[in-house]
Amino acid sequence: MRFQGLRHAAMLGFVAAFAAGPAAAKTISVSATTPDANEKLQEALILAEPGDVVELGAGVWKLTDGLSLDVANVTLRGAGTGEGGSILDFAGQQGAGEGLLVTSDDVFLTEFAVLNTKGDGIKSKGADRIVYHKLRVEWTAGPRATNGAYGIYPVESSDVLIDSVYVRGASDAGIYVGQSKNIVVRESIATENVAGIEIENSYDADVHDNVANRNTGGILVFDLPSLPMQGGHNVRVFSNVVSDNSVPNFAPKGNIVASVPTGTGVLIMANRNVEIFDNVFDQNGTANVMIVGYRYEHKDPKYQPLPRAIVVRGNQHGKAGYAPAFPGGAEIAAAFGGTIPPVLWDGAGDAIILDKVGVLSLNLPDVATPQSQAKPSPADLSKGTPPAALPTIKLPEAMEAKVR
Amino acid sequence: MRRAFAALAAALLCAGVAAAVPLAGVSQEVIDSDAMPPKLSAFGLFRGNDPKMPSTGVGYTLRAPLFSDYTDKHRFISIPTGKKAKILADGVIDFPVGTVLVKSFGWSDVNDGRPVETRLLIRRAGGWTALPYIWDADGKDATLALGGRRVPVSFKSPDGETHSIRYAVPNKNQCKECHSLNGEIVPIGPKVRNFILDPAVSSQLRGLYFDNPAALKPTMPQWDDPKSGSVADRARAYLDVNCAHCHNPGGSASNSGLFLRWTDDPTGVNFGLGKRPTAAGRGSGGMDFAIAPGDPDHSFLIYRLESTDPGIAMPEVGRSTVHKEGAALLRQWIAEMPKASH
Repeated sequence: MRFQGLRHAAMLGFVAAFAAGPAAAKTISVSATTPDANEKLQEALILAEPGDVVELGAGVWKLTDGLSLDVANVTLRGAGTGEGGSILDFAGQQGAGEGLLVTSDDVFLTEFAVLNTKGDGIKSKGADRIVYHKLRVEWTAGPRATNGAYGIYPVESSDVLIDSVYVRGASDAGIYVGQSKNIVVRESIATENVAGIEIENSYDADVHDNVANRNTGGILVFDLPSLPMQGGHNVRVFSNVVSDNSVPNFAPKGNIVASVPTGTGVLIMANRNVEIFDNVFDQNGTANVMIVGYRYEHKDPKYQPLPRAIVVRGNQHGKAGYAPAFPGGAEIAAAFGGTIPPVLWDGAGDAIILDKVGVLSLNLPDVATPQSQAKPSPADLSKGTPPAALPTIKLPEAMEAKVR
Repeated sequence: MRRAFAALAAALLCAGVAAAVPLAGVSQEVIDSDAMPPKLSAFGLFRGNDPKMPSTGVGYTLRAPLFSDYTDKHRFISIPTGKKAKILADGVIDFPVGTVLVKSFGWSDVNDGRPVETRLLIRRAGGWTALPYIWDADGKDATLALGGRRVPVSFKSPDGETHSIRYAVPNKNQCKECHSLNGEIVPIGPKVRNFILDPAVSSQLRGLYFDNPAALKPTMPQWDDPKSGSVADRARAYLDVNCAHCHNPGGSASNSGLFLRWTDDPTGVNFGLGKRPTAAGRGSGGMDFAIAPGDPDHSFLIYRLESTDPGIAMPEVGRSTVHKEGAALLRQWIAEMPKASH
């Protein structure tokens, strides 16, 4: 393993109570078999100093309480995410809203697994320049309404990198980035979640080279009202494989993703300047791409509920639209000879669809018109001039260096 | 007990011996340092390490306390000799560097009423620091528990029900989760609107500790005393203390958009009325709104308050039991709201 070289003698039990001045960066190793491992690991996370590596020993950690890290520039590193790796098992969790909470900047999380948390898996809040790398967050029994909401959950952060993670079983979104700026989600696998990957109320995101399959909906780009940060925009979803998103929706009702129809590939709601390109779509029974407004009542005068300046180009479309799981979908499919076109637009806002596939518009002129008044018809959205292409998201070099 | 100690302290100060004879060994040096002493006794905050005998300071209570598994809390403030807390225009009590807020948690029917833990919130030059101490089995001292701990206890709540729980002493980070405002640690309870100085504290001692003690007039109602305010006002006081430390724009739950401070507009969507779940997950309980006016059974704020499941329960830390009386007050408040027209 590439991290063996960093493994030092166990350093637990050190007393930092009167530590004077900043010490040189050190590695703090914690063993999964230490008595009171939960408390010892939490202590290590509290006593770590900027620059330190907290090393999770190999083995299955049976944890009863959520962990948290509030020290900047700390690396939390395990021995891997699979058998023989560092497995943080929260099946017996008694407290805390997540398995691991990070609230400090410049943190690097890598090479461990978080399993079966009661709430969210790993959450980071106000944690700028966080790197999630080679992690597994999983509810091992697969899709269940009793699973936690989010697997990987950065929120209110600037510069977020999620790279090479695997998330399965989240009853909301496997990878969820909320109210954040400058985001890259790449080379990750999201499977058997309600939403595979979700970018919500966020600005400037690249979601690329991921696999989102067997979720209810593969990749979601949403904006919701009455939140501190809203007006989501500038999101690129490209070069992903988005397939077989066929898992029946198992989100607790009330949550916005509970309204996502089974069989959704990419769903854009109430954002502006979103580009969907070079993806491979297949076996999404409702639609490969869906573009809609926010149709719930809201009282937020600052909120913009329409999708605007959405561009869809250069995607490969496999089979889609054969089991549209939204109200009236079956009737529309019957009217269209059994299958609806792979791109679905509710008719409000604006989008440019350059893919050479059919587009179905529900012809709802605004978000106030109820869906029952839909007048579905094929639409041609290939006209008009697309907005200037969005730039590639660039993260600080120090973040990229961590995963190189 | 507090009465006696306050009187004693006042007597000592009156006699003018405070400067010459340290009250009972408070170690201001330890308080002011960056130390995290492994033993509570290092601070000298208790006489003979008896958790019921503060060696200095003044006791206080709150109009609405944070619910912590029905623990009795004994609170006092130690302010260094010669310094005073300022009462700011916005009702914040600005404690001087060197202040310690001391809070001991226990149950009258556990350990003969001795506390299980004592938490310190220390104002140091670099800001507030939170340190949790768990009392040793022999009750003679308490030991630092940075990583928190679960302590099995069995106690009776006021309604006579016996609860056997694994009481969670919070770890240092969890202290900060609740005490965090814009990234800094701050006290929660001691704000003018909620703060009741021990009535036994003499006016002389008040004047020694506070620059304007006359301004210490709580404005929030006593959450559990119907004579002190309407159901709605008492519910808001309860929410202010039990929820708003996270649910405010600079707190740990800022991203939720649910803001429950005493000063927030209680009619708006950001107070929960008609507010859809943001990141609630299972916490929505299958319901559409945090507060469905007139309908507590379809208000997931109530659902979360009445749950002890870590994926559902609110607050996320600090309780392993349901506060029935608090939940009942909030139920009544929601039930009495006019139903939404739609």
